[in-house]
Amino acid sequence: MAETLLILDDILVQYGNVPILEVPSLAVYAGEILAIIGPNGAGKSTLLRVMGLLEQPVRGKATFRGQEVTRENALALRRRMASVFQEPLLLNASVVENAVLGLRLRGLDRRTAEGRVRPWLERLGIAHLATRPARSLSGGEAQRTSLVRALALDPDLLLLDEPFSALDPPTREGLLLDLETVLRTTGITTVFVTHERNEAVILSDRVAVLMKGRILQVGSQSQVFTQPVNEEVAQFVGIETNIPGVVEAVGEGLAQVRFNGRTVDVVGDFHPGERVLLCLRPEEITLSPARADAVKTSARNRLAGRVAKITPWGPHYRIVVDCDGARLVALVTKPSFLDLELAEKKEVVASFKATAVHVLRLR
Amino acid sequence: MELILEGVLTAFRLVFSGDAEVWTITWLSLKVSGTATVIALTLGIPLGILMAMTRFPGRAFAVALINTGMGLPPVVVGLFISVLLWRSGPLGFLNLIYTPAAMVIAQVAIAFPIVAGLTMAAFQTLNPKLNLQLLGIGASRPQLLWLLCTEARLPLLAAVMAGFGGVISEVGSVLMVGGNIKGQTRVLTTATVLETSMGNFGTAIALGVILLTLAFGVNFLLTRIQQREQIRWPRPS
Repeated sequence: MAETLLILDDILVQYGNVPILEVPSLAVYAGEILAIIGPNGAGKSTLLRVMGLLEQPVRGKATFRGQEVTRENALALRRRMASVFQEPLLLNASVVENAVLGLRLRGLDRRTAEGRVRPWLERLGIAHLATRPARSLSGGEAQRTSLVRALALDPDLLLLDEPFSALDPPTREGLLLDLETVLRTTGITTVFVTHERNEAVILSDRVAVLMKGRILQVGSQSQVFTQPVNEEVAQFVGIETNIPGVVEAVGEGLAQVRFNGRTVDVVGDFHPGERVLLCLRPEEITLSPARADAVKTSARNRLAGRVAKITPWGPHYRIVVDCDGARLVALVTKPSFLDLELAEKKEVVASFKATAVHVLRLR
Repeated sequence: MELILEGVLTAFRLVFSGDAEVWTITWLSLKVSGTATVIALTLGIPLGILMAMTRFPGRAFAVALINTGMGLPPVVVGLFISVLLWRSGPLGFLNLIYTPAAMVIAQVAIAFPIVAGLTMAAFQTLNPKLNLQLLGIGASRPQLLWLLCTEARLPLLAAVMAGFGGVISEVGSVLMVGGNIKGQTRVLTTATVLETSMGNFGTAIALGVILLTLAFGVNFLLTRIQQREQIRWPRPS
């Protein structure tokens, strides 16, 4: 396991008597990108401020590189980090003057600071804007300037608070991919806060899910996205099919779960009679025509149902299939949508592998 | 027409001949109003920043008080300071009435609310999230304050100009607490009033021209600083 860069211990933040954030413990490992995801108002920005030593929690301690943060060393430790926020928050000066700001605050002279900033301006594609007033920049250019200002500090820890959410989609994608390249090649330890789970998929090694001020799950990206610990997390990470059922039979690492008079095979060790929730990502479900000569699939589970709702979903169609009251959500591509001649009330078969089902035990 | 021409000519003669009395009056004007402005800035800028950046009970009342102070009539200030400093008044033992010190006190009372009010407005135009961002790239508290001041330099220097402009040009309070004593408390404004009332329009216009030139000079200097594009750096801390 890599070195732990930052450890939060028993953190409590409250405004008035209202607890905003309660984190018993959280570690950031050197070299990783940790995404913190959660809905708006979950306390993500507060958590990032605590990590960046920008907000003093009511209780708890932070340890940076084995050094406990105190009032005396807070500034020195804060200067080994750099923050980028949703708004670029540039000063009314030129691009290059904004870019050197953090270095100048650390006492570097103008010439040295500009020398350090230059390669970063090139790398983020804004070198040609160096002398432009910050006020004249577009949203994307301004955010790139803000990123250069942070990256030029060569921080031990980079803190990103929804840096893309104020940008339009093409600008956002371009910057996201550029930043991903920069972070992967430099290996800068990063904490990345976002409410867009798709951004977290592109930019994270580990993911922490924060809801109502508490961390519900921390784990590798695939773990969080395919094996959520509860229904709330499941819904937030995009698992749209959640069907309650009861384990009927078990054997050889497989279990049969019954719901609404149907059975589904799943993988895992369960006991008969256990109440469970079947979770399925939309991309794991394949739809096929309800005819007998239907295409053979390797999928173990085949459920007949009727199309309940069709919604165009970006390049896909989102199809809700009703199986006697249980609702399955599938994503199909435009060609297969046309092939299947899908329409509301049409009978279809939804199939998925036993391994695709994530089973949550219900209490 | 002849009157104005005569006044301008007198002005040139007085300025370039190095008339001792005119120079004494001009120098005292600059000294009294300059000192008053510096004191008003020292008190008013921190108060304005504090009012803009903090929330406390009774803040709305305090803001209203400062805003009222921005329009304080100089004669009312003159009246209050006179009563305070009058020989038999509560601060009479200081023996300050009819001295330049009394004039400075009166002008501080006029300029201080102007500076505080405009500073407050200047800092309220800044994005509140800027604080966090500057701390987030490693600013210390003093550096943060300095950067916020440079960022608010346009309205902040307007506050300095308004403060200085307010006191260099006022006549009511300096006349009342200073007494317009020749060679001691006579300043450009009070001298202009006196010369006009005596029908010496030439001298009065001359004094007026000097006053205008002075005000223009100071404001020109401040405007140059205000419109500068670069960030000035204090010694790193």
